Amino acid sequence: MAERRLRVATASLAGCFGCHMSLLDMDARLLELLPHIEFDRSPFTDIKQLSPCDLGLIEGGVCNAENVEVLLEYRRKCRILVAVGACAITGGLPAQRNHLDIGACLQEVYLTEPGTTHGLIPNDPELPLPLDKVYPIQEVVRVDYFLPGCPPPAEAFWRLLSDLVAGRTPHLPRELIRYD
Amino acid sequence: MSTPPLTPELEAVLDRHGRDPTRLVQILREAQELAGWLPPPLITALARALRLPRARVEGTAAFYSFLYLRPAGRYRVLFSDNVTDRMQGSEALLDQLCERLWAEKGRVTEDGLVYIDTTSCTGLCDQGPGLLVNGWAIPRASRERLDLIAGLILEQRPLAEWPAELFHIDHPIHRRDLLLAEPPTAGEALAAVLAHDADGSGLLAQVERAGLRGRGGAGFPTARKWAACRQAPGAVHYVVCNADEGEPGTFKDRVLLAEYADLVLEGMTLCAYVLGAGRSPTQGLIYLRGEYRFLLEHLQSALARRRAAGLLGRAICGRAGFDFDIELHLGAGAYVCGEESALLESLEGKRGVPRNRPPYPVTHGYLGQPTVVNNVETFCAAAVIARHGAEAYRARGTPDSPGSKLLSVAGDCARPGVYEYPFGVTVREVLADCGAQDAQAVQVGGPSGTLVGPHEFDRRIAFEDLATAGAFTVFGPQRDLFEVVRNYVHFFAHESCGFCTPCRVGTAILRGVMDKIHAGRGARHDLEQLEQVERAMRLASHCGLGQTACNPLRDLRTRFRPTLERRLASLDFAPAFDLDAALARARAFTGRDDARAHLHTDTLAS
Repeated sequence: MAERRLRVATASLAGCFGCHMSLLDMDARLLELLPHIEFDRSPFTDIKQLSPCDLGLIEGGVCNAENVEVLLEYRRKCRILVAVGACAITGGLPAQRNHLDIGACLQEVYLTEPGTTHGLIPNDPELPLPLDKVYPIQEVVRVDYFLPGCPPPAEAFWRLLSDLVAGRTPHLPRELIRYD
Repeated sequence: MSTPPLTPELEAVLDRHGRDPTRLVQILREAQELAGWLPPPLITALARALRLPRARVEGTAAFYSFLYLRPAGRYRVLFSDNVTDRMQGSEALLDQLCERLWAEKGRVTEDGLVYIDTTSCTGLCDQGPGLLVNGWAIPRASRERLDLIAGLILEQRPLAEWPAELFHIDHPIHRRDLLLAEPPTAGEALAAVLAHDADGSGLLAQVERAGLRGRGGAGFPTARKWAACRQAPGAVHYVVCNADEGEPGTFKDRVLLAEYADLVLEGMTLCAYVLGAGRSPTQGLIYLRGEYRFLLEHLQSALARRRAAGLLGRAICGRAGFDFDIELHLGAGAYVCGEESALLESLEGKRGVPRNRPPYPVTHGYLGQPTVVNNVETFCAAAVIARHGAEAYRARGTPDSPGSKLLSVAGDCARPGVYEYPFGVTVREVLADCGAQDAQAVQVGGPSGTLVGPHEFDRRIAFEDLATAGAFTVFGPQRDLFEVVRNYVHFFAHESCGFCTPCRVGTAILRGVMDKIHAGRGARHDLEQLEQVERAMRLASHCGLGQTACNPLRDLRTRFRPTLERRLASLDFAPAFDLDAALARARAFTGRDDARAHLHTDTLAS
């Protein structure tokens, strides 16, 4: 019986896509993986609709309403959900705004400072509303595994994916989670 | 950069401590008593005078809760925040005082007059709620007493002029056994030992035969500790009395120090005799917790009396070469200093961070010298053994836990106070004696001990069953055990010294999860997370604080699981915060209220 390929979806919420770039840093080893995995919705594929998946990789923290909706959908449709990188796990750089009031931020950017919005805070329903703070994803959904790093090195992605393909509990050796 | 000269008062403080950097904590504490807080120029000047790096001085000051690096108000009112204080209404009383004085909890008032906040258990559980005003303990807080206090503060009356009655602390003892049977007599045990023991080996053998085990909770055989220290080479052998009674719910050392000071001091002197036996120099130290500041003068006069009677100082009881004296050190608000190696660090004028062990204090203790650190009660027991003999002592208690134990009984009972029982007494017997009906649980040994339910009330207080440092806190049927444990979890998160990651981060995660469950956002997933964190903390924490910080949660999970489960919002997962409410601010500023400006988990999750 042919092995069923692991269906993988990825998303970048409040992140910089650096984690996605790091995944691609696997270079030639991606070719070794490809017989075993296939990508669903992901910046790599431009597929817009998420199908039921085996694995969801989430980069970035949760900074607005759309992030929440995307994240909840990934959680619903992915058997295993992984928080990838410092922003997903802790909020990361975007969370630097957490000690500021979001109302005051909007006021400063759109009303006080000179700009192009003509004294209005954008209120188009198309635009996702920012949350009061940037949250780590495990405060919004249950997370199965955490892949630390900023970004996690390609080797860490390789370990995670090859462990999951082989049916092993993912395990990162010490040198991959040591940063000093 | 010029440093302002020190005031004559500060010079006097420095001189009193011989400008010795190992006295830094004492110097900081006394400097603060003069100035009310520790301003930056003062830190600089002290660092220079003591030839210490400024960061060492500031870092040490920052470690202790009762040392203030920012203006802390002329009147600092700290409400003891143990669960027993809360059960006696401390939270409402704190709010009342804040309202009366126009103060906000945790902030100095604009006029710099008053600062109101909470502090960890002050050891007045038998007569709570407890308060500390500028470091001085006030028991039995009530609306009337706080009205009086508020008036005194508004009139800006110096503490010395406040009615003495406010500060009057009782030391109720409801049951006496071996230790408390007779009033302590100074020198009797010493005389008995010196009469036929030329080198301390007889007393050591007697303590060994009596099977005395340390009363701080861990139960290490006292004779083995003393023997190891006696054998260790060193210029001076130190006897340190651990009177940093910080375990919430414990106050028996307070009662011993107040009513049986001579027994404590006699025990320390006997220990010195075993360690030095008049052959090598010995020195004693008492580490008194800052909350017991009110006992300082009392203990100083007890020491002076003994010096005058020839029971301390040179040639004790006329035995040439048997020189021993005791110094008092006052802590400054740090639970972790009850851990013996953290206590030694603090005695040496440093942050109270536990040391790596081994080497153990018996070989490398205070100032690197051989040191015995024992609990207040252990020294008392040693004195009783010296006076009445090992056999009389062994006759009480159980084979594994000989002798008696003092319990600090508090909480939902008619007669809180100190009870002394032979080891082996059941929880049920204690409950009956203290007048506790329908207890739903008892916290034995404080938060780091065991929370037992009614099906375990026949268990025994003993090292082999329910080991305890002395706390015995009773919870009646009206108490919410979840809130009890949440209080303990907050306590540990506050008191973690921050040195090791498993404890620093672990206690913070536990606090976060408990608060999440408290806010009605808990899920079964959170319970699993608690278990994981607990495993890591037990396995990897540097000292006992982190290793035992999960005990209340463990007991709640295993013995009172429904208490936790009935608060869960979901049997799978629930977000840590209200998703829709997190958009409220942005909604207000954009003026939006359309469907996409809201998040409703129930519809999103479908």
